[in-house]
Amino acid sequence: MGRRPTPGVLVSDVPRPTDAISDHAIEARAVTRVYKARPAPVTALAGIDLEVAPGEFFGLLGPNGAGKTTLIKIFTTLLLPTTGTARVFGFDVAVQTKQIRRIMNMVAGGEQSGYGVLTVREQLWMFSQFYGLGTREGWGRVDDLIEAVGLGEQRLQRISSLSTGERQKMNLARGLLNDPWILFLDEPTLGLDVSAARVVRHLVSDWRAAVPGRTVLLTTHYMAEADELCERIAIVDHGRILAIGSPAELKRMVQRESIFRLELDRLDGGPAVLAGLPGVVHASPAGGADAGAALDRQTVAVNLVLTDDAALGGVVGALGSLGAHIVALAKSEPSLEDVFVELVGRGFDDAPAEASR
Amino acid sequence: MTGPNLYVHRRTSGPRAAAAWDRRQVLMNNLRTVLGRAFPRLIGLTREPSWLLFEVGLPFLTTSAFVLVYRALQAPSEYIGFVVVGGAMTAFWLNVIWMMAAQLYWEKDQGNLELYFTAPMDMMAVLFGMAIGGMLASCLRAAVVLVIGSVVYGVHFSVDQWLPLLAVFFLTLVALYGLGMMLASLFVLWGREAFHMTQLLQEPMYFVSGLNFPVGQLGFLGALAVALLPLAVGLDAMRQLAFAGGPIVFTTPPPGVEVLILVVMSVVFLGLARFCLRTMERLARHEGRLTARWR
Repeated sequence: MGRRPTPGVLVSDVPRPTDAISDHAIEARAVTRVYKARPAPVTALAGIDLEVAPGEFFGLLGPNGAGKTTLIKIFTTLLLPTTGTARVFGFDVAVQTKQIRRIMNMVAGGEQSGYGVLTVREQLWMFSQFYGLGTREGWGRVDDLIEAVGLGEQRLQRISSLSTGERQKMNLARGLLNDPWILFLDEPTLGLDVSAARVVRHLVSDWRAAVPGRTVLLTTHYMAEADELCERIAIVDHGRILAIGSPAELKRMVQRESIFRLELDRLDGGPAVLAGLPGVVHASPAGGADAGAALDRQTVAVNLVLTDDAALGGVVGALGSLGAHIVALAKSEPSLEDVFVELVGRGFDDAPAEASR
Repeated sequence: MTGPNLYVHRRTSGPRAAAAWDRRQVLMNNLRTVLGRAFPRLIGLTREPSWLLFEVGLPFLTTSAFVLVYRALQAPSEYIGFVVVGGAMTAFWLNVIWMMAAQLYWEKDQGNLELYFTAPMDMMAVLFGMAIGGMLASCLRAAVVLVIGSVVYGVHFSVDQWLPLLAVFFLTLVALYGLGMMLASLFVLWGREAFHMTQLLQEPMYFVSGLNFPVGQLGFLGALAVALLPLAVGLDAMRQLAFAGGPIVFTTPPPGVEVLILVVMSVVFLGLARFCLRTMERLARHEGRLTARWR
């Protein structure tokens, strides 16, 4: 979805970021952040090194309290690093705040900003004035974005009466008002239903794809969202980056073996007859729903762990000599959750519930 | 989808060009921010008519009570005028204390403050927008009180110098809203709860500013108020100018001196407002918190 062409905009029509003063849209060098607290200081970031290229859709994945929000606050100039340096398109977050604020925007999940007395259209226009748009230019931009996010029917509705999904669409429209070069999204689909979350993801992807060089930094603890949207992901826990790479690369990190699920019309002697074949690490009957479905179809389901994909040829040949025919064959892929468990030693849901840092 | 400019609004060659604003762009951004932030305050006038009760009706009861007391005591008729003018100026003080001083605190709770800090304009422009929006809205409220009070209680103004009177009124508002802008940051820095802070300041300020009597009656305390509080000195100067030539002898400095006091107050409060705002932002970025004490 993140690679879909943008409606109405030809990539060749729009400028590329030719004047970048840095090779990186985002750059962090040995960034730490320690909060003063009692009885002991809290280390939210414990030495972050990160580079995000212009145009990249980059994700920070981690449980609550991992340090994702702290890192976003540093890049959005709301917070200074305790030590280390952070830059956005080459601008130092410590001293070049105005420049950064002119080229970025941020949208957070569950955001309740604005004034309930205003309508959607008025609220967005107010923010357009803060972002440097002209008075009339602001109204035009607001009307375009209201249509884009699908709030046409609610445009004259007071924001205090919007649903959570409508509110978040409006927040996203606000985040796009100033045509930022970099958009920071902090849990943007938090609390949204499936449909509203899908709309938000589509909008962000389309917006980014419209101009080469537009960059998105997304924090989320929804693994599927990160998997779907992000070109690269950093897995963060306890203020450190544990792994960084594309979703496929991260998954390959934990997939040392190839796992297949076989469904056969018969298998005399059971899965054990496959266990001794070259390259077969483990062969066992499939359990759970797979086993039940196979039973209904009067077939045999087997889980097969191989040293690598090449070993599958030997297995297929052996099955032929055993008189068994393959009814179905599927390769099992690890999920980002598997990656997280492997790296952190616990699942997301098992993570200690701390306040978002 | 409406057209090809949907996701491409302002074409810049890259982030560096987009970040390089000239002085005119910076100035226009700040001026538009003033307008943008004043906007909800003015819109609120038409959308929340409850202000007629809370900011005109209820204060008018207090004004009426003092008028009746003065009449019962057969006080000079100028006292009735003092009370009505004081009642009109109440609208500004209520606006400053509730909608200026406490506002950033509420903006923080709502999440607006973070968005303000991440936007390119100067935060002082936001405060000016709040002040101008509040000032214009309160002018209407004050005018309603003044007209109704004058008609109902038959107040006779005796104005010899209109220009100084208007200048004093304008300077009073500048100094008063400058104080509000300063308090806005202080409330965020030091406030456990803006509601309590506001209530703490509201009544004492009514008293020492002499809203319902000439502030000179407070002796040393009144002199102190004239020296420190914009409402006290502004109100006293306006009364001297609006009821000139009457039998009341003012024991406070003449309007000319009070104008100077107001000018100094305006400069000092606006300067302090900027300083407090910078301190608040510095504290937020360095220490990761906006408050100077735990809430």
